[in-house]
Amino acid sequence: MALDEELQADPLFAGQSGAAFEWLCRIGDSTLILGHRVSEWCGHAPVLEEDIALANTALDLIGHTQMWLGLAAEVEGQGRSADDLAYRRDAMAFRNIKLVELPKGDMGLTVMRGFLFDAFHFELLTRLTASKSPRVAEIAAKALKEVSYHLERSSDLVVRLGDGSAESHRRMQAALDHLWPYCGEMFWGDAVDDAMDAADIAPHPAELRDAWDAAVQDVLGEATLQRPETRLDVHLGGKTGRHTEHLGYVLAEMQFLPRAYPDASW
Amino acid sequence: MYAQMVTSEGKAPGEDLSPEEQAFQDRIDAGERIEPRDWMPEGYRKTLVRQIGQHAHSEIVGQLPEGNWITRAPTLERKAILIAKVQDEAGHGLYLYSAAETLGVSRDELLEKLHTGRMKYSSIFNYPTLNWADIGAVGWLVDGAAIMNQVPLQRTSYGPYARAMVRICKEESFHQRQGYSIMMKMAQGTAAQKAMAQDALDRFWYPSLMMFGPSDAESVHSAQNMAWKIKINTNDELRQKFVDQTVPQAEFLGLTVPDETLAWNDEKGGYDFAEPDWEEFFEVLRGNGPCNEERLGARVAAWEEGAWFRDGLSAYADKAEARRNAQVAAE
Ligand SMILES: [Fe+2]
Ligand SMILES: [Fe+2]
Repeated sequence: MALDEELQADPLFAGQSGAAFEWLCRIGDSTLILGHRVSEWCGHAPVLEEDIALANTALDLIGHTQMWLGLAAEVEGQGRSADDLAYRRDAMAFRNIKLVELPKGDMGLTVMRGFLFDAFHFELLTRLTASKSPRVAEIAAKALKEVSYHLERSSDLVVRLGDGSAESHRRMQAALDHLWPYCGEMFWGDAVDDAMDAADIAPHPAELRDAWDAAVQDVLGEATLQRPETRLDVHLGGKTGRHTEHLGYVLAEMQFLPRAYPDASW
Repeated sequence: MYAQMVTSEGKAPGEDLSPEEQAFQDRIDAGERIEPRDWMPEGYRKTLVRQIGQHAHSEIVGQLPEGNWITRAPTLERKAILIAKVQDEAGHGLYLYSAAETLGVSRDELLEKLHTGRMKYSSIFNYPTLNWADIGAVGWLVDGAAIMNQVPLQRTSYGPYARAMVRICKEESFHQRQGYSIMMKMAQGTAAQKAMAQDALDRFWYPSLMMFGPSDAESVHSAQNMAWKIKINTNDELRQKFVDQTVPQAEFLGLTVPDETLAWNDEKGGYDFAEPDWEEFFEVLRGNGPCNEERLGARVAAWEEGAWFRDGLSAYADKAEARRNAQVAAE
């Protein structure tokens, strides 16, 4: 009874839960795929301190995934778990933004992607702590502590590498130029976001754009990096299941065991 | 253990000690801790650098065989546990390089020696992880064997090393339990999972026994290192302890230790067991193990491809310092 009341009080579970499920997958899939990409560095980082820090970031992101996809599965109410969502959906059912599925590249790309995403992630979670959905607000508050640290660390590295040697500057600028046209998808929204916005569960992503712009501009300036002139929203589609070719390979690797041994428990 | 066959730089037992050396030995015999600023024989310092360095290298190379399964871990929770474990190993490397630094050798110098093959890491990390149960077997057997060696090293004579061991041992026993929990799940799982578990034990059993190194009961190096309390037990003692602890755990899992000669010996109160193939062990040390090239290659590639990253950070540090100095001069 208490649980029912709690669920009814949470707008996430009220009315059309289809939009809520989609929206939760967009966050949870993005943290999952980014966590996967970051975890590829384990044991291969340029200094031991980075091995530790990158593992830490990957670990946080996988932790967030467990919470977001766990909640998505609950909202869906079809008896699926966070693991089912992570391991048993094909690419067209994944809702992550394309930015996070791009290959890890060099450390310049990894650091720059981390920063561009962290700046968005930080704004999003900050806003979500005031969500009308207590469940969403609770997860956001937990995740925000970790993401504040991610942003602090990635901003610092962007500055130091951007304003470091000629070579590190060149690599950071190249990474920024490469990633920039993928960033617009963070602020792209559709009816799913309108529904979340209307229910005061989450802001429309377009509302996060100004704060992101300001934060990014600050750090790029200090890093002596040039803000690209290219369009920000060239590569959209991830949020509706139209991905790059890279995601299929990520999933083939990630889902191998549960797919190959569907009746096993681990 | 993570440091195998550490040759000693000391005098052979029975050789005369100078008064200084004698006083040093007396402190160790009295159970005192040697600290970085204390006088120590050059041989003690060199031997410790070799041992701690090898141990540190083993921790960081040891990230690789398990890191191999992070992107394929079968549940989100297993993935998180595995990432945390690999992260711990990197942390162990960090504590140990710091302990070595107190003996006057930098991390970069030690890494240079690793990358050029002048320093070794444990033979065990030259074996591949081929199925998911290997991640269980590594935690259970490899971390298990490491603990056997490292628990006594918490009482080693060199303070910074002993303190690093205290921190490391806590985490290693965690790793061992997590590994055993994977093995349990696999051994109680489907027929395919059981087969993976048995296959993992078959492949990791003898390489785990090799971790302790060949018998050193007669070794002068070993005797000197024991007198210095850098080494606490003989290799055979530790191996016996490991087998005695592990065989009942394998039985509990319903798995078969790949040794037909394995039998309980009432008289000695321990198991009789077959020696690993020491020829194979020496081949692995010579660089001819199944993964030597990949493991060292991966570390060298990480280092070389990361050079621009490290250089970039130090270039920034230099600039920042110059800016600070200019500021001070202007004021
Ligand atoms: Fe370790
Ligand atoms: Fe360990």
